[in-house]
Amino acid sequence: MRALGVIFAGKGNDELQGLTNKRAVAAMPIAGKYRAIDFALSNMTNSHIQNVAIITQNNARSLIEHVNSSKWWDFGRKQGGLFVFSSATLGDSSYFYSGTADMLYQNIEYLKKSHEPYVILTSGDSVYKMDYNKLLEYHISKKADITIVCKDIGSSDNPTRFGVVEVDSDNKIIQFEEKPLETENTYVSTGIYVIRRRQLIDMLEELSADKRQDIATSIVMRYLKKKRMYAYDMKDYWKNISSVEAYYEANMDFLNKDIRNHFFKDDPIIYSKVYDLPPAKYNVGSAVKNSLISSGSIINGTVENSILFKTVFVGEGSVIKNSIILDDVYVGKDVIIENCIIESRDTLRDKSIYVENGRNINVIIEKNERYIM
Amino acid sequence: MLRKETVAMLLAGGQGSRLGVLTNKLAKPAVSFGGKYKIIDFTLSNCINSGIDTVGVLTQYQPLRLNRHIGIGIPWDLDRNYGGVSILPPYIKATVGEWYSGTANAIYQNKEFIDYYNPEYVIILSADHVYKMDYEMMLNFHKERKADLTIAAIQIPIEEAHRYGVIIEDVQNKIIDFEEKPQNPKNNLISMGIYIFNWKLLKSALASNDLLHRKSDFGKHIIPYCKHIGCNIYAYHFDGFWRDVGTLQSYWETNMELVKIVPDFNLYEEFWQIYSNNGSLPPQYTAETAEVKTCIISEAAEVYGKVYNSVIGNSVHIGKDSIIWNSIVMDNCQVGEGCVIRNSILAEEVIIGNGVEMGTGEWKENIVDPEIYNSDLIVIGESSVIPDGVKIGKNSAISGITDYEDYEGGILPPGSYLVKDGVI
Repeated sequence: MRALGVIFAGKGNDELQGLTNKRAVAAMPIAGKYRAIDFALSNMTNSHIQNVAIITQNNARSLIEHVNSSKWWDFGRKQGGLFVFSSATLGDSSYFYSGTADMLYQNIEYLKKSHEPYVILTSGDSVYKMDYNKLLEYHISKKADITIVCKDIGSSDNPTRFGVVEVDSDNKIIQFEEKPLETENTYVSTGIYVIRRRQLIDMLEELSADKRQDIATSIVMRYLKKKRMYAYDMKDYWKNISSVEAYYEANMDFLNKDIRNHFFKDDPIIYSKVYDLPPAKYNVGSAVKNSLISSGSIINGTVENSILFKTVFVGEGSVIKNSIILDDVYVGKDVIIENCIIESRDTLRDKSIYVENGRNINVIIEKNERYIM
Repeated sequence: MLRKETVAMLLAGGQGSRLGVLTNKLAKPAVSFGGKYKIIDFTLSNCINSGIDTVGVLTQYQPLRLNRHIGIGIPWDLDRNYGGVSILPPYIKATVGEWYSGTANAIYQNKEFIDYYNPEYVIILSADHVYKMDYEMMLNFHKERKADLTIAAIQIPIEEAHRYGVIIEDVQNKIIDFEEKPQNPKNNLISMGIYIFNWKLLKSALASNDLLHRKSDFGKHIIPYCKHIGCNIYAYHFDGFWRDVGTLQSYWETNMELVKIVPDFNLYEEFWQIYSNNGSLPPQYTAETAEVKTCIISEAAEVYGKVYNSVIGNSVHIGKDSIIWNSIVMDNCQVGEGCVIRNSILAEEVIIGNGVEMGTGEWKENIVDPEIYNSDLIVIGESSVIPDGVKIGKNSAISGITDYEDYEGGILPPGSYLVKDGVI
């Protein structure tokens, strides 16, 4: 038990258009039956980190519902466990979190009473698989004060959404810029950190008088010259989903066999809450190509290059292309859907058309009355 | 001590030998059904959905897989502080060890388990049927009629009645005659093998019968005994979907019923969920080259070929240009490229090479066991391997790791029986 884990799951207002009105970004559905936080949680448990805190803020209801039986990730043990902290429950200091550093400061008691020497910090809105033990060994071997996991995102995403990092030949961080308006640099911070617990507590207490914001601005940028900070290069798949485009792409990436195998076949795998749903059912009119179909779904129409989440019904004559249909959507007959994300529990009436041309992805949130099957 | 009103006892020790090579290495309740399920899931789910949270599972034949599947009962919410699921294998007593010699004997040997919960009622269930049933309604019936014993009964075609216990009842559903497997059944109302007993009665009946019969059995001994001593025995009529899946043909047909547009046995209703132990698996992937119609496909399956009218289990891989017709493919099977598979049952973890054709030739009687293998079906036992490019005739059974040399000229004629791992 060398480290405890903290997962930041606070985001959840405007990041993903209307999709985050009813859930935090960390609770966004991914790859047919997972939620974004499953990746960080599974990484924790697969790295034998048993003491994990999730810090929530906005729209946490469905997130808490998802993690509330921690057994799916093998937590709920006598040693350690899964802790959920939200901003409203802290007595004297109960104000809204103003950033990730503030989240940690307001829960500093949790850090103090833990006994693990190191802390792994990660965001709950990234899709990746990682053995934190390797990160920890790297951190120790570099005698670093803070190690930040960094990734060259190339042209796959927009670097101005992230903290951009410059390193020397030894991977020591020499420059860190949070969300620059313009940059050529595509080497970004993934928001995954390792730091000694005492060190983190000291830094947070030192900061306490100031306005505390994010770790990147309040800790990394302020201490950059004073402390040894190293970048740990992430070679495997990593994607942050906090924009509609990135969310769409992260889902579509799972149509790639190598990515599916990476997360779901090659040990250790990613876990999620188990729903006891029957197998997907294909009826006479079904024509499905290059798509992920989740349990409990019933298909009567055409589905191409799409991801259907759990218990989706597709009526006869309907055509779904390049789209993501979230849980429990009822698609009537002769509906056409292209390049869309359909919000969960929607009902799409017969013969309706949702087609988005060009490069945009349209988020559809219908409020039609539910068809009862 | 808190007492439990009802304790359920699941008989899960039978081999189900009429399922041929499917039950070589596992008991019938652990055989897959409907893609992601095992046969025992239906009974376990019925228990928890009926509010029965204390369940003893009696195991004997090949229990490893069943033990692993049930574990501490988490998938069925049967991990309880008090009660929950207990697996009850035969055990050694003061001087000798003793197998379960009959259904009633198995319960008799576990009377201490039942006594611990001090129940009013005991419900006896067999773990090898496929159905959804609310045992609480049956229990209410049992209480209303002030019965000593209630037997669940269902009407079936009279031609099949000779395989079951046949019930004759009066207008109040009181059972006036019961015949176990009669040659000439007088009625088409049969026992489903589900009994609710008052525990006091059952305990005394078990004790007195165990001395009389070496293999004491509910149908043959306990029910006739209860009738003989003048107990109130009632038939509780069940008119839902219920299948015995005791033979290969009925097992195959019952699976195939699930792929109908609106199946009689509907797994897609939110009410009365069936739970299983599947772990965390990703959704099913259907590739660009695939065509999938009228079938059900379970999680983590990857389909690159064509699948029609079939039931596909978890994590199955079906290669490009392969065609699967009217078949059951259980968990973790790997089917190569360019295969044609018709009317087949592939047990778990079977590996089929490339270009294999199954279901060829004219029907012929099976050379080894025409009683078990008596249809068009080809049955491949668990973890078998079929080499590239062979043709397998109808009504055949294969088990074990086979090589091309085992197939004369690459052909296994219809009605063959090829078993290589020594288990028959």
